[in-house]
Amino acid sequence: MSLLSIQDLTLSIGTYPILHDVSLTVAPGEIVAITGESGSGKSMTAFATMGLLPARATTTGRILLEGTDLLALSEAEMCKVRGRQIGMVFQEPMTALNPVQTIGAQVAETIRIHEGVSKDDALAQARAMLNRVGLPEDRFPLGRYPHELSGGQRQRVVIAMAIALRPKLLIADEPTTALDVTTQAHILDLLKDLTQEFGMGLLMITHDLAVVADMADRIVVMQHGRVVETGKTADLFRAMQHPYTKALFAASAHKVTLPVAPPPQALLEVKNVVRSYRQPRKGVFGPRPEMQAVRNVSFTLNRGERLGLVGESGCGKSTLTRAILGLEPVQSGSITLGGAPVWTDSRANLDVRRQMQVVFQDPYGSFNPRHRVRRLITEPFHLLSDPPTGEARTQKIAQALTDVGLTPADADKYIHEFSGGQRQRIAIARALINDPALIVFDEAVSALDVSVRAQVLDLLAELCRKRPLSYLFISHDLSVVRTITDRVMVMQAGEIVEQGPTEQVFSDPQHPYTRTLLAAAPQLPDMKKNADAS
Amino acid sequence: MTLPRSLILGTFLSVLFLGAALLSFVWTPYDIQTLSIPSRLQTPSLTHWLGTDQLGRDILSMIMMGARTSIAVALLAVGIGMGLGVPLGLLAAARRGSLLDELIMRGNDLIFAFPSLVIAILITAVFGASAMNAIVAIGIFNIPVFARLTRGAALSLWSRDFILAARVSGKSATRISVEHILPNIANLMIVQGTIQFSLGILAEAALSYIGLGAQPPTASWGRMLADAQTLASIAPHVALMPGLAIVFMVLGLNLMGDGLRDLLDPRLQVART
Amino acid sequence: MIRYTIGRLTSLCLSLLVASMVIFAVVEVVPGDPAAYMLGVNARPDTVAALRTELGLDVSKPERYLAWTTGMLSGDFGQSYTYRTPVSQMILDRVWVSVPLALFALTLTILIAFPAGIYAASRRGRAGDMTVMGATQFGVAVPNFWFAMILVLIFAIKLRWFSAGGFPGWENGLFTGLKALLLPAIALALPQAAILARVMRSSLLDMLNEDFIRTARAKGLNRRQALWRHAVRNALIPVLTIIGLQFSFLLAGGIVIEQVFFLPGLGRLIFQAISSRDLIVVESVVMLLVFLVIVVNFAVDLAYALVDPRLRTRS
Repeated sequence: MSLLSIQDLTLSIGTYPILHDVSLTVAPGEIVAITGESGSGKSMTAFATMGLLPARATTTGRILLEGTDLLALSEAEMCKVRGRQIGMVFQEPMTALNPVQTIGAQVAETIRIHEGVSKDDALAQARAMLNRVGLPEDRFPLGRYPHELSGGQRQRVVIAMAIALRPKLLIADEPTTALDVTTQAHILDLLKDLTQEFGMGLLMITHDLAVVADMADRIVVMQHGRVVETGKTADLFRAMQHPYTKALFAASAHKVTLPVAPPPQALLEVKNVVRSYRQPRKGVFGPRPEMQAVRNVSFTLNRGERLGLVGESGCGKSTLTRAILGLEPVQSGSITLGGAPVWTDSRANLDVRRQMQVVFQDPYGSFNPRHRVRRLITEPFHLLSDPPTGEARTQKIAQALTDVGLTPADADKYIHEFSGGQRQRIAIARALINDPALIVFDEAVSALDVSVRAQVLDLLAELCRKRPLSYLFISHDLSVVRTITDRVMVMQAGEIVEQGPTEQVFSDPQHPYTRTLLAAAPQLPDMKKNADAS
Repeated sequence: MTLPRSLILGTFLSVLFLGAALLSFVWTPYDIQTLSIPSRLQTPSLTHWLGTDQLGRDILSMIMMGARTSIAVALLAVGIGMGLGVPLGLLAAARRGSLLDELIMRGNDLIFAFPSLVIAILITAVFGASAMNAIVAIGIFNIPVFARLTRGAALSLWSRDFILAARVSGKSATRISVEHILPNIANLMIVQGTIQFSLGILAEAALSYIGLGAQPPTASWGRMLADAQTLASIAPHVALMPGLAIVFMVLGLNLMGDGLRDLLDPRLQVART
Repeated sequence: MIRYTIGRLTSLCLSLLVASMVIFAVVEVVPGDPAAYMLGVNARPDTVAALRTELGLDVSKPERYLAWTTGMLSGDFGQSYTYRTPVSQMILDRVWVSVPLALFALTLTILIAFPAGIYAASRRGRAGDMTVMGATQFGVAVPNFWFAMILVLIFAIKLRWFSAGGFPGWENGLFTGLKALLLPAIALALPQAAILARVMRSSLLDMLNEDFIRTARAKGLNRRQALWRHAVRNALIPVLTIIGLQFSFLLAGGIVIEQVFFLPGLGRLIFQAISSRDLIVVESVVMLLVFLVIVVNFAVDLAYALVDPRLRTRS
């Protein structure tokens, strides 16, 4: 008998339908992954199982946990199920813990709320659980507060809270999406081990098909609130039935072909750049220590070259980006574009800045919501001494929008009328409108769903074929960098530890950190085959 | 889209008092300069809708004239607060972390240590009591309110990508403040302005009640209450009416502020559509 | 924690220093000579000069500022121009009315606002919430001195439960003193309680939307447990800021309320001093009020650190 059996679950919030006839099962000791793009209803399925739905939600169907219909339970009865029989791990470890309570108290609370044990006994059990999830006593005493821990460590605390009473079912909602790849690998290993050790069922929600492929025994693919396909992982990968499943996997493994880069001719030259920040002083009168975010970084980006920069959070890639864009000065070293320094006399050199543009990660935060597209994409005209006016301006706007696959009529719309993918196209239009020598893509496709991401990558490749485009592509997503760049640099702790032609670095990494990074990144099965063959 | 109910009620009350204040420039039911001892302390009737005071003056006319003082003082005080506070806040946010930012913020903290009443006391001690005194005292106290709010809101905008994009486009901090920051905090300022307006009405009433605000013969609600205090036991309506005028004026402004916030907050608007 | 405390303490001293300079500078703008004013127009120049020396007015302004501030540090606030008695004695007599009144009102404010705010937040959108919020909407709009007049009218004049004003002094027992301060404290507290209850409610509602509340619910806590164990303490952080601000309103508002109840507090002293142009008294009382406000804000800063562990380790 299955542990969890969701039967014909239909859910709507107010009059807005969210889920239609969702059915799935999880057996004890089994890992089942629900996957799909945003709006597929995968998280709502998890929250329905937990009984933590928004107030106006209505449901039909059944959610059976060992034969008991959870939808039929009262709120008080459901409180006894949560934490004791079902545990849950969330996406965002930075905010999932109460900032004013110690980690010991928060883990012990799960135990105390369900069992009549003394405070000391609960804390002792909490200690054991924290040890089990990889937070040993000597470094992580019970009295630690969440803000003293890293994201991965906090996620371990959340896991300890969820499994403290050895629940039969653990639900993990995008448990590693907010984490770096190496941390992600450790957390996934931990979840896998715990499932085996406790014989729990694990229902995992993730958008990342590579994670799914590595982890799950069975896969449930959802789209627009419906289950479109379900099956054992190996079987599903071998023979996908539904066109959406095929499209989803194709988009995840999407590859583009870049035109051959022209012969090297230096465009951006970064030499021995150091950027450090002063930190708060230690002790009352102690000195303020310096934190070097970027240490002695040198590299060259050639004209027409597509250069990648990868590294985990805190490695200094954002600081380096800001220095290249001339938003912040550097302490020593030089950054020049076409021979001219980006920063002169304690201010940004506008002649140089004119030749650079940037596309940011967040398609929602990159635009002033109060301006029309016409005004948004012409903002870089501010840098020109003689910006086009009248008909020439309208022409430019129309051209820029057409180039990125939108229509000239979109110029009169406001940004909220566009989807995330369209917004990223508008951001690219803004970056292109001055025909800059260099574009910086700062995690520009990281916030997009896989199918939209594939379209944007196609657009970039197409633009490269139409005009000589030089860009610096910063991303934590190795598979994207692999296909969209000619050369790649790997950054760790403020230093560039390895750089070389992209394919070479990926297939034959030299630095141990690059190897760790590549090994930690989950891969889709067909990509594995390619890697094995080469 | 439907308008919030609080906005309709609040605007109605506010417009009512504003209208009464404006009307008082051309017409009041009775002349408040004319004293009529025989008809003193009358209870509300058809001839005197809100009754008369101890000198036989029509209370409705006095309240209309008092509305003028209250609104003028509170509005000018909001003007001072916004006019100085918002630019200071924008400046502090644009130069965040600098010595200038630190100076502006410490200056704000310092003003917060002087309640408007204490400022009024200091000014009165030096220059004597007047309505101008009340305007300056309440206005000074409004400066840090707007400066802090502006700085906080502007700081969160400065970290947004669209500001970064504007910086990459070479725009100066001043230009970004005016072009991008100010329009995006305008709603917040309107809502806060309404709230400070209502607090200004209350503060003006308190100052004129203790004699640090508008001086006779200028009518003011606080002064009317001060005059009525000793008569409260024999003629309660004399003390009741000006107080109710304050309550409803302030209530109206607060409801209007709440309603405006519901209407203007983009997050709530998204939820509504 | 030590570094944080020292940081706040430094900031407190700096604030006091600057505040004293501002107050001194403002009062010194005043034209005219207090000594001449006190002795009248017909006084002989040598008498005026003698009085100037006695009052310490014959030295330069920086010297007088130094004398004033160093004097205050040792408890010597100078001589009243009008009464020729030590200002410190005059203040000491009144401070025992004003400060207890403000503290009493602050206690009432918190006792009313916390339950009301927490109740409203836990009943969000339901009848209980609507009622509390409607009441606070009125509470915020009521001028405290008018509310005080109504209280006197009802409880002192009509019902005769309290005396209409005056203060019998603490020497007649704590209860008698508190009873005399009860109506003034209620008048001061209710409008502030309305504000604080609204802040408490909205702060709690913000917290209830936080991820860690969802985590707590996933552990099996019901709504009430999640609210009390996780939301309340976090919600206190913004509430503390408002409490700090409110103390200064209560202290200053007390000056107005003292007028309604004829209480012999700092308010009365300051109005007498203004009308007789006894500037040293004005200066010193204002300095004292500002001192109290700054000290309370220092206490609020320390309370932050108690509530929020993030402040104890960061600067």
